[in-house]
Amino acid sequence: MAQRTTEVIVGLFMIAGLAALLFLALQVSGLSPKSAGDRYTLYANFNDTGGLAPRGKVSMAGVTIGAIESIELDTETFQARVVLAIDAGIDNIPADSAAVIRTSGLLGDQYIDISVGGDLESLSPGDTFYSTQSAMNLERLISNFASGR
Amino acid sequence: MESSAYITLKDVVFSRAGRRIFDGVTLDIPKGKITAIMGPSGTGKTTLLRLIGGQLRPDSGQVSVDGHNVPALKRKDLYRLREKMGMLFQSGALFTDLSVYENVAFPLRVHTKLPEDMIRDIVLMKLEAVGLRGARKLMPSELSGGMTRRVALARSIALDPELIMYDEPFAGQDPIAMGVLVKLIRDLNSSMGLTSVLVSHDVPESLSICHYACILADGKVIGEGTPEELRQHPSDRVQQFLNGQPDGPVPFHYPASDAAADFGVTGGAL
Amino acid sequence: MMDRIAALGRGGLDVISSFGRSGRFLVGVLAGIPRPATGFPLLLRQLYFVGVLSLAIVVVSGLFIGMVLGLQGYTILSDYGSEAAIGQMIALTLVRELGPVVTALLFAGRAGSALTAEIGLMKATEQLSSMEMMGVDPLRRVIAPRLWAGFIAMPVLAIIFSVVGIWGGMLVGVDWLGVFEGAFWGNMQSSVDFVDDVLNGVIKSVVFGFVCAWIAVYQGYDCVPTSAGISSATTKTVVYSSLAVLGLDFVLTAVMFGDF
Repeated sequence: MAQRTTEVIVGLFMIAGLAALLFLALQVSGLSPKSAGDRYTLYANFNDTGGLAPRGKVSMAGVTIGAIESIELDTETFQARVVLAIDAGIDNIPADSAAVIRTSGLLGDQYIDISVGGDLESLSPGDTFYSTQSAMNLERLISNFASGR
Repeated sequence: MESSAYITLKDVVFSRAGRRIFDGVTLDIPKGKITAIMGPSGTGKTTLLRLIGGQLRPDSGQVSVDGHNVPALKRKDLYRLREKMGMLFQSGALFTDLSVYENVAFPLRVHTKLPEDMIRDIVLMKLEAVGLRGARKLMPSELSGGMTRRVALARSIALDPELIMYDEPFAGQDPIAMGVLVKLIRDLNSSMGLTSVLVSHDVPESLSICHYACILADGKVIGEGTPEELRQHPSDRVQQFLNGQPDGPVPFHYPASDAAADFGVTGGAL
Repeated sequence: MMDRIAALGRGGLDVISSFGRSGRFLVGVLAGIPRPATGFPLLLRQLYFVGVLSLAIVVVSGLFIGMVLGLQGYTILSDYGSEAAIGQMIALTLVRELGPVVTALLFAGRAGSALTAEIGLMKATEQLSSMEMMGVDPLRRVIAPRLWAGFIAMPVLAIIFSVVGIWGGMLVGVDWLGVFEGAFWGNMQSSVDFVDDVLNGVIKSVVFGFVCAWIAVYQGYDCVPTSAGISSATTKTVVYSSLAVLGLDFVLTAVMFGDF
């Protein structure tokens, strides 16, 4: 076979591979080019994060607006301190909004939903959510119900 | 003729898989002549060529080619030395995925930086020398055994080597192909002044073209000299080999226990 | 009895020495950096044989495996009313496991055995020897391009396999069984992470590619140069590659996705 033909065919093969990788990146893993960078940080303290994990989503009215960057224990208050990375475009979250841990579906992943408040002032980078609502613990709920409290 | 030896082997000992193949072989191969190395099958004639080419290392002893001690050479120097050697393998060893033309051009492309038109001229010249200029577009699978060997010969002389080694060039060839090869080997030697080493067990053909011959058996040189000297050689073993007698110092029977016992004809066993 | 113990010991030593030989062989192959002018066309040629010619079997297998995953996933998940999760299930199984592993197994059978047979035949017909005598190192000229080609082609094939498989799963799940398309992709995107899942899968296939190509060229180079030797080397290539891939897959999975 002519050298040239081989070159073209192998070239097509490699391009197909790259295109497939791009497909995996964009369509399958939902990696979007703008997701990196342009974000600012907010904090939220919870008594119980339940099954919340880093890289989980942060949403508002069901729309993803950021991701959970890290979760660590505050050794003074013994609360979990969650670092949220919010898209820079969403810069007008009312200051009295609450961060609520929710579960997608009955058994799905946990994520943080921000329930919007009515304050005219908005949270600026580095602020902490004033009110939070911890994970709903199904077991505790059931045992509370059973013991009649 | 020892003064102009191109290859010298001195007390070469080589064993493989626990079997001693050479047990102190000493041999001089003169420059510019055709030397035939003959011997029964399985005496390691091909191994000898590999020792000369540096593909194998002897257990002890010296192998020197053109003044270089082959086993002691570094990889790089060994590869440089090999550029001066051509070797014709028993099977021809053409690269099956390349055409005849590309096969002959292969050493030129690898070792020289000649422009394409010069490579073309050299390749066609070499193919012309073996009478196969017209076959340059064929693939090795389309060639007959004799033609394969001629192409391989053209390839091994592509770089104009100083030494060329033939491994069983006549084995399995029809009389015409054999005649062609005999003529080619002789012509190449006389026209290019090549030192030629010929390994073969075809006695008449080898003796007809060589200037000097030696016979190997059981890891030793059992006879050497010009073809004339060998024909007059006093040793029984040399005579048995040259004349192809079935029985002699080399027995017809493989060593075995007593035949009568094997066949069970000794009384009382049944 | 003593004989058996001795044979066992000898067998063990044989195994160890063949590991040693293959290691030295690998060093010899990788030692010289090929000149781009001569090396690149050779690599391209081998990429064609090793990669492009394996594409058909990889695409067809990927399509069917994806479709089977779609069917099986749907029947199981619909019991829990969560058939929308099949996108996630298909994508994760393919990208993390089946893509690299099945591609490697197919590769060993299709390209690995061909490489072994080709190199073995070159050895048997003295082509490697004659190359050596021409002052050309066959390790660099013949073996190295094949090793690199396997190494490069495998991740490409594995990625294509995963994509075709996901497409096959979508065909069954969305087009035939009626899973809502938005949920199919949405679930997939929220659970598949590019670095943790996709890139780890690619790393797996890179490792498998290297191991399969290494085993294939080594078995060819080390074979007994007879027809029986070549056929047994070809068998060994497929068997050893498959075992190596499955064993390494466990180790890599434990390191990448295990929690310790």
